[in-house]
Formats: sequence, structure tokens, C-alpha cells
Amino acid sequence: MSRTIGLRRNAALLLTVFALLVPITSCASRPSSNEQSNSGNDSASAFPVKVELSGRQSVTLTEQPKRIVSLSPTATEVLYEIGAGEQVVAVDKNSDHPERAPRKEFSALDTSASAVSEYRPDLVIAQAGSADSLAEGLREIDVPVLLTPSAENLQDSYDQIKAVGRATGHGERATETVNRMRSQLDEVVERTPEPRGELTYYHEISPDHFTATSESFVGSVYRKFGLTNIADSAGEGKFPQLSAEKILRANPDVIFLADTGSAGVTKEKVSQRAGWNSLTAVREGRIHELDEDIASRWGPRVVELARAVSEAVDAAQQS
Amino acid sequence: MGELRAGPAVTDGSSGAPERGARPRRNTLRPVHVLCGLAVLVALTLLSVLIGAADLGWQRVLAEIGAQLTGGRSPLSEREAAILWQLRVPRVVLAALVGAALAVSGAAFQGVFRNPLADPYLLGAAAGAGLGVTVVVTTMPQVDLGSTGLAQVAAFGGALGGVGLTWLIGRSAGSDTATLVLAGVAVGAFLTAAQTFVQQLRVESLQRVYMWILGNLSTSGWDEVLVVLPTSALAAVVLCACSRLLDLLGTGDEEASALGVRPGRVRALVLVAASLATASAVSVAGLIGFVGLVVPHLVRLTAGGSYRVIVPLSLLFGGSFLVGGDMLARTVMAPAELPIGVVTAFTGAPFFALLLRTNRAR
Repeated sequence: MSRTIGLRRNAALLLTVFALLVPITSCASRPSSNEQSNSGNDSASAFPVKVELSGRQSVTLTEQPKRIVSLSPTATEVLYEIGAGEQVVAVDKNSDHPERAPRKEFSALDTSASAVSEYRPDLVIAQAGSADSLAEGLREIDVPVLLTPSAENLQDSYDQIKAVGRATGHGERATETVNRMRSQLDEVVERTPEPRGELTYYHEISPDHFTATSESFVGSVYRKFGLTNIADSAGEGKFPQLSAEKILRANPDVIFLADTGSAGVTKEKVSQRAGWNSLTAVREGRIHELDEDIASRWGPRVVELARAVSEAVDAAQQS
Repeated sequence: MGELRAGPAVTDGSSGAPERGARPRRNTLRPVHVLCGLAVLVALTLLSVLIGAADLGWQRVLAEIGAQLTGGRSPLSEREAAILWQLRVPRVVLAALVGAALAVSGAAFQGVFRNPLADPYLLGAAAGAGLGVTVVVTTMPQVDLGSTGLAQVAAFGGALGGVGLTWLIGRSAGSDTATLVLAGVAVGAFLTAAQTFVQQLRVESLQRVYMWILGNLSTSGWDEVLVVLPTSALAAVVLCACSRLLDLLGTGDEEASALGVRPGRVRALVLVAASLATASAVSVAGLIGFVGLVVPHLVRLTAGGSYRVIVPLSLLFGGSFLVGGDMLARTVMAPAELPIGVVTAFTGAPFFALLLRTNRAR
């Protein structure tokens, strides 16, 4: 029976890794952003600075970091957006935006503290959950680590951008970025007509029908447009798996595909799924392919996600 | 099913399963067992079709089935009919096919290796198939696992490779079955490690591989049924036809040879057929453990120890076991779904332990 036990152990390991990869870990605690020492300009006088996120272990930086390693694709996007790009010496292999980021062949899941330390970082930013043990190792060799939890709503995202700003000495630009995001989002929402009656949607994360409820970050974006999520009544948690029966039964008006990348799901493939041609969204051609990266990160490009949603709502109203 | 009638009586082999105690080996397939197996399968299938994530109402589903049979007016809307005929029914059929394929190959492996612990998992077949599918998943992410034959070809290649490797190592190390099973454990561990290695090369595909490993019938349709049906039916026919030969092998290679059977050829044929059945099941439904080990034993404990009984009844009860398991998977945590592999282990293991205990006590 040892073979079976081995398989089970393997599965348990994978379960753990999966749980870390797609952060289902419910963080009950709100991010308690540290607003002190942020009002002034970002010269050397802003340091030392103590940054804390979501009740995580705080990180104290005595001076402005000059060699930053990012192991979080969202953090990488934030770093370049707020003008900290020149300080970045290495990013993980999943950090594909912006193009010029110095991408290395490792990720938080498959690298070690010593491999990261070869870049002589004075700040490492990584995602809470997937990089916890790595962070422990780095702290042991006195490398400051900022662990960023996955955002649950837009406010979390704003807090995180500001925290990254404070930690890197770009607090002002970070605040500007947040303000710009806020106003751009408001503008997009404002010019999108409110749905007449209920407009339901299904947001697909993987071909086996994992989805996100309104409690998730991406769900909070849809909510701004007054859309109704078919998964909200379906189950607990932020990322439930729906059965195909349930989706057909719910008959969503609009389908958003966030599994267009590695899983290669397309409009055409969805239309050909067994029984799906009976869905309103399929018949009316209301399937929208989203950029998988934009739909799964909570950085400044969330505005682009909002624009895609806006277009979809607009189109649904006209048909 | 001509091969299933009672042949010349086979003397009770010394290597037979010990749990049979002093009871004589029954080597004829009794109609009552077949009828019983069919009744359970049909009842569970019908029940499974009535229950689902989308509540269609069991009376309306029955009315719909009646309408389809008699050509009457359908009580369901087009979308509800799609739910029933394009999602639910193929899923139930697929569960029956996969369960039957896994159970019958488990029975065959136990016969070939004269070891009651042998199953697709112990001999490297499932691990090999798993490696094959994982390579396809990770290197060709655009491929739909179920509906293309590619995953199945990879699974079959892997399964055959796994069993073949076990066979080669076991033979060179010694000819007894214990050596072979040990070789299977080593090969299985190696292939599983290889699978993990391949997964790590592409962490992005981890989720798909993971979902698939725990077993999954949730996205299946008629395409998957069409992929599994021909190969597993072929394998089942071959294995049922070989069941008398499996009994002969049970008496020992020398006796079998004396009766005009070539043990090596029989083993090779049965292994290929069982690997094919395992591979077709694994390629569409993932690694669903326990069915291949437990179902043949349930049959052995209740209906008799001859492979002419075990092999065909494993088909029926394996199908029932997985249809029932899938029904639980869909309903226990509804609307969420449990991976079917978890359900089979959770329900199968205690039930099996209970049966083993009462059987021993008798």
C-alpha cells in the first residue's frame, strides 16, 4: 500500500502548493497600513521607515533600498509604475510586465534564499503565502523582506501600492498613482451605463470552472459596474468551483474568460462545450477574453480590466 | 460472453487468496450475481441521473426520459435538456465506464501476478499513465485533456512502459511474484518522481495537473465517453475471455503449461489489455485510486474466488462503485464538488475493512 500513501502525500504537497499559488487563504485581517512618515517628500529623510501590511511582520529599512528583488508580478508592476524601476535588480520569471524588468529564471515557489541573496538585495518583495518560508530564510541572513498579501478589494490594492512606495522611497509617486487609479476607475464606471435590470456574469479562472465571487478582488471590480455574479449564490469562499450544470442553470448574460493564457481557453472553445450553446451569453456572442495577467493581479493595470468590463457591459446593453 | 460458462473444473490452486478459508472455490458465474450486479448498476445509474447540481426535479427528469423513449413531448426547456443529456448523462456513463475499466484491470493484475495486492497502482501502470498525461499537460497546455486522443495515447504509452519496466526488473531479479511487486513499487516511485519533476518545470500548469491527479469527472461530456468506450470495451472483452486462463495461471506455471497454456504469452496479453483499460480511464478521469484494488476483492469475498467470476463481476461492480462515488462527490458538499478520488478512498476503505473483518470472523 506504500504506493497509495506516496500518491496521497504527493497530492497533499500539491494541494499545499496550489493553495499558495492561487491564494485562497482567507485573510480575515484588514491591512493596517502604516500611514506615518509618509506625508513628506521622499528624500533620504524618509528613512528609516517601518512598513507593515495586513498584520504581517513589519519590515524596517534604515535607508532607501538600491537593490530590490521582486518575486511578485503585481509588485513588479507597482515598482515600475511608481518610479522605483531603476532600483530593481531582479524579478521572478512570472513578472512579465513591464518588458524591461530584469527577469530571472526563478519564482518564489522554486527558489531558495541563497539563490535570491546572490543578487545582494537590500529589499525583497514577495507575495505572502507563496513565499513565507523563503522570506524566513532571507530574514535569517538579514535581508529585509516585504510580504504583500493578495488584495481582496481595491482598497487593499491602494494600501499595498502605498506601502511599496514607502518602502522604496517613492511614497509620493505611489500616492499619485493611487489617486490616478481611483479617478480613472471612477471615470470608467461613470461613463458605463448602469445595467437595465439584472445583468449576470460568470468569470472563469480555469477550464474546470473555478471562478471568483464578489468577495474576491476581481469580483469587487465587477461589482462597481452593478453586475451580478452567478457564483455568489453557489458557494462559500472567494474562489469556488462551479459544476457545469450550475453554470448552465444560472444562464449568465456575460462570460469573462481569465484562463486564456496557460490554459488556452478561447471564445470558440467555450462555445463548443457540451450544452453551452444553450446559454444566452454564447448565443448573443457575449463571451469576453480577458488578459489573464491583468485579471489575476491587483496592480495599476486594474484600470485596463475595468475598461474591458465596461466595454462588455456596454455591448450587452446594446444587444 | 461465451468464455464465461463453466469450463472444466480447475483444482484449487495453492496460491489462492487465503481469506477464502476452507470454502471451495466457486468457478462458475452464477446468474443471480450477474442479475444482482446489473440491478445495482442500473439503479445507481438512474438515481445518479435524477440527482444533480442543477435541480431539475426528479419527476420531470423521469418524465423527460419517458418522453424520449416514447417520443412524447419533452417537459424540459432546451437548456434543461442540455443539462441532462449533454452534461449529466454522459458524466454518469463515463463514471460507469471508468469504474469498470479500473476494476477489471485491477482484477486482471491480481490474476497475472497471483497477488491480491496487485492493482494498477502497485505495478507502475497508473504512475506511468500519470507521467504520460502530465508530459502532455505541461508541454501542450492548449490540448483539451478529455476530447483528444492524445492524452490517451500518452497514458497508454506510459502505462505500458511502467508495467514493462516492472516486468523487466522483476524478471531479472527473480521470478517470484513478490519480487515483481517490489519492482512495481520501485518503478512507481520513480515514475511519480519523474512526474513531479516535469510539473516543477512548469509551475503554471500545476493547478491543472493537480486537479487531474485527484480525479475529475466534472467537465466530461460525450467526447470523453467516445474516447474511453472503444478501448475499455476491447480490453474488457479480452480480459473476460482470458479469465479462464488466469485461473490456470493460478495453479502455477508448470501446471498451466501442462494444460497447453503458454504462461508468458497469456501474461503479456493480459498485461497489455489491462494497461489499455487503465490508461483509457486515467487519461479522461485522472488518478482514481482504490477501485482497482477494492472492487475485485469485494467480488472475491462475496461471490467466489475464480477469475471467471471475479473479472466479469468486477466490470459490473466497478461501474456501480464509481457511479455511486461520483454521486457522492457531487452531492456531499454541494454545490461544491469533491474530487472523486477522495470519495472512492473515503468510502471504499472503511467499507472494505468492515467486509474483511466480518468475513474473517465468520
